[in-house]
Amino acid sequence: MDTYVPILALGLIAAAFAIFSVVIGSLTGPKRYNRAKLDSYECGIEPTPQPVGGGRFPVKYYLTAMLFIVFDIEIVFLYPWAVAFDALGWFGLAEMVLFVLTVLVAYAYVWRRGGLDWD
Amino acid sequence: MPQFPDAVSNQNMTNWFLGSFDTHIPWWFILVVIKAVAAFAILVVLTLFNIWYERRVVSFMQMRIGPNRVGPQGLLQSLADGVKLALKEDIVPTNADKPVFWIAPLLSAIPAFLAIAVIPWGPAVSIFGHWTTLQLVDLPVGVLYVLAISSIGIYGIVLAGWSSGSTYPLLGALRSSAQMISYEVAMGLSFAGVFLYAGTMSPSGIVNAQQHGWYFYMLPLSAIIYIIAMVGETNRAPFDLPEAEGELVGGFHTEYSSLKFALFFLAEYINLVTVSALAVTMFFGGWRAPVPISLWSGANSGWYPMLWFMIKLLIFVFVFIWLRGTLPRLRYDQFMAFGWKVLIPVSVLWLLVVALFRQLRNAGDLDRAHAVPIGIGIAAVFLLLVVALEVRERNQIRRTPPPTVPDYEPLAGGFPVPPMPGQSAPAVPRRPQFARTAAAPAPALNGTTAEEASTR
Amino acid sequence: MGQLVERTAGVGAGLATEDMILNIGPQHPSTHGVLRLRLVLDGERIVSAEPIVGYMHRGAEKLFEVRDYRQIIMLANRHDWLSAFCNELGVVLAAERMLGMELPVRASWARTMLAELNRVLNHLMFLGSYPLELGAITPIFYAFREREDLQKVMEEISGGRMHFMFNRVGGLKDDLPAGWLDRARRTIHAVRGRLADIENLIHGNEIFRARTEGVGVLTTEQIAAYGLSGPIARAGGVDFDLRRDEPYLAYGELGDVLRVVTRKAGDCFSRFDCLLEQTRVSLDLAEACADRLAALPQGPINLRLPKVLKVPEGETYAWTENPLGINGYYLVSRGEKTPWRLKLRSASFNNIQVLGELLPGHLVADMVAILGSMFFVVGDIDK
Repeated sequence: MDTYVPILALGLIAAAFAIFSVVIGSLTGPKRYNRAKLDSYECGIEPTPQPVGGGRFPVKYYLTAMLFIVFDIEIVFLYPWAVAFDALGWFGLAEMVLFVLTVLVAYAYVWRRGGLDWD
Repeated sequence: MPQFPDAVSNQNMTNWFLGSFDTHIPWWFILVVIKAVAAFAILVVLTLFNIWYERRVVSFMQMRIGPNRVGPQGLLQSLADGVKLALKEDIVPTNADKPVFWIAPLLSAIPAFLAIAVIPWGPAVSIFGHWTTLQLVDLPVGVLYVLAISSIGIYGIVLAGWSSGSTYPLLGALRSSAQMISYEVAMGLSFAGVFLYAGTMSPSGIVNAQQHGWYFYMLPLSAIIYIIAMVGETNRAPFDLPEAEGELVGGFHTEYSSLKFALFFLAEYINLVTVSALAVTMFFGGWRAPVPISLWSGANSGWYPMLWFMIKLLIFVFVFIWLRGTLPRLRYDQFMAFGWKVLIPVSVLWLLVVALFRQLRNAGDLDRAHAVPIGIGIAAVFLLLVVALEVRERNQIRRTPPPTVPDYEPLAGGFPVPPMPGQSAPAVPRRPQFARTAAAPAPALNGTTAEEASTR
Repeated sequence: MGQLVERTAGVGAGLATEDMILNIGPQHPSTHGVLRLRLVLDGERIVSAEPIVGYMHRGAEKLFEVRDYRQIIMLANRHDWLSAFCNELGVVLAAERMLGMELPVRASWARTMLAELNRVLNHLMFLGSYPLELGAITPIFYAFREREDLQKVMEEISGGRMHFMFNRVGGLKDDLPAGWLDRARRTIHAVRGRLADIENLIHGNEIFRARTEGVGVLTTEQIAAYGLSGPIARAGGVDFDLRRDEPYLAYGELGDVLRVVTRKAGDCFSRFDCLLEQTRVSLDLAEACADRLAALPQGPINLRLPKVLKVPEGETYAWTENPLGINGYYLVSRGEKTPWRLKLRSASFNNIQVLGELLPGHLVADMVAILGSMFFVVGDIDK
């Protein structure tokens, strides 16, 4: 656990700095109330009312997140394999080729189905 | 902490200085505090410097002078701007989700500082007679740690956009998150080749493994993919879509002002330093001296390596600035397509080739005489592949009439599938009572049948 | 006010779906001014677009009716602030035609030259600002360097850098200063040489091409239906240029220098390309005018006018090929010292009407590319 103490120390310094900045920023600046100033920015006109949280997001963004998880998990498997590559030899290589090809099949399917076309 | 013999003499010299400290505080802890403060200070100073650096370099590219009033050559300009921001009103919009609006800049800035912890700035040096490496902490999974920590920064951006309660920040945040996670995949894949060669995920181990040659020479494609991905990951030009001021005004930080805005700015520039430092560590020999200097035997010991590291780092920052001064911005879909359809498949295939190459060498089937032509051959094949993909992409754009696709059948394979690109799902038939009311005025319309009107 | 917001929230049924309403403007960086676009978005794709104009309406046409002809010139050069000289030109041409004035030869050539220099100034502005909107921050500084040099030339002759106010009914305000022609020619030469900088920096750029090629395609039918004109129309294959097709001033004698630049594709890239090439043509024209002016014998550059200038009863329509398109003035006079009606047909007003049809189906990022390539000035829209 000792190895993480330095990170904690740096984290504390950074957190202290960031929190200090945010707090001091709200104290030192002037405060002049103006209703229009506190409106959300919409190019200078009355903002179009938005539902809380911006309403429903287009599903495309979630699709990106799901694709990311697929590939991130692939990477999670790749890293230990890469580190231990020299010890694993031909067996490790063959196994990983099989695994990557399996993922690539899914990748090709997604591409063909238009999952990688953004708009 | 390892004690080196020549450190003992130094210890007497420094004891008087540190004698006032409580001797019960262990030495390693004092060193940790010193290094943590130093890392923090370096990042803050580098940020101030880089902002000035960027403004000056871009100015000279654009035949301007840039900031030159505050301090020598305008070096204190960023500091003055920071003070100015502190004196600005801290606006929290009425629509904002207040707690999240406050937390978001913190979530963005703190991880940015943390990521630098595992980067080795130099080999072991003596500080007050105690030997220590110029690295805050040497984690065995250091690179994984950087990836993990820098992902937390995305939360800051997404939450900032979401909590602002306004359209532009929301769109900017969505773009930003999609962009960062997309390029993180390519980034992660480009690292796998390095781990494969170095046999470790520890940054200091990777730097040590580059003693006989930087990975930039051995894994050129990995390095190029990483450099592209790091520009995308930091939201910098030409991939600065979340902040496309022509479209989304300020992107996710449109509603932020005062020091909260400054924290986002700070985080962006620290991330710039972090990804550049990672590039130097992974592919450009870390703190190792470049070739002509490395012939001098003392180049890689003492405090000099930190100098080499900084020079390499600033060269990378210069590349960032250069890109910004030259290139227009990509469009969102072009950018995503580039990430998913070019970078990812190329890096996966490249990794397999690298692995095969490595295994052939390990097994002893490959000597140096064969390695070079095979390497060139593989490089040529890759170049062709990239060109072919590029040409294909362009042909797709140029092809004006869309390719004819068979009609969409929802249950083609016996189970429901979504429509292919170019196909569209048939309109859901209207319920009879609605169809009747819609059809009623139809005869009045000139030449419109009731059926057409009902589909409106 | 709170109640009102709630009420509109109830009415805004579009919000219940995943469509998002995005207001671009009136204060938005990409509309360079106060144009407002109301977009309905599905994700990042535009479902419908509606340009809302009028934030900058200054009632120019109504003001024309209560100003005499000398004052109108000043008003007229302000609606499109990037082509002030060409705007003045239409007014004085209309008045001169009604008065039956015969313009001195030197005035006609000098006007042609200044109009072309003004066209270059205008085009340089858009050659710089368009890449800026696509995220390339450098070309605008190159463009402004050229603009600066040309403005010096214009400033020397007229005293103004934007609103030259150098036209008068019956000629120009003053004669050309001694040595001005040579200085102008040197500047034209320098600008033509350095135009390559902009071209090298942005014209062949991969990303720039990917952003603009095949984006925002205007068909010939659309151009005709909406009455588009200027470089935008010519980039869509409409080979129409008043300078050639209905020559005014000295354009009739410049047939060998005047090339009408047209492109086929009608997309954003061809609009930019057209503009770049047209800048070159304008520089050539200005140089040809300078040569001709140097060769002409000395003579008057304007006509003496009565103290009170009254235009005889009647009507006329004077149109000119302004940098942004056709700019027309329909002058109706009842013999007063002010026009009874002076209708202004400005290029940008017609040109942006097509946005409502052009934008749907494109991405928000394309919207910026298209808006920038429509080369409009908000004052010219709202008048």
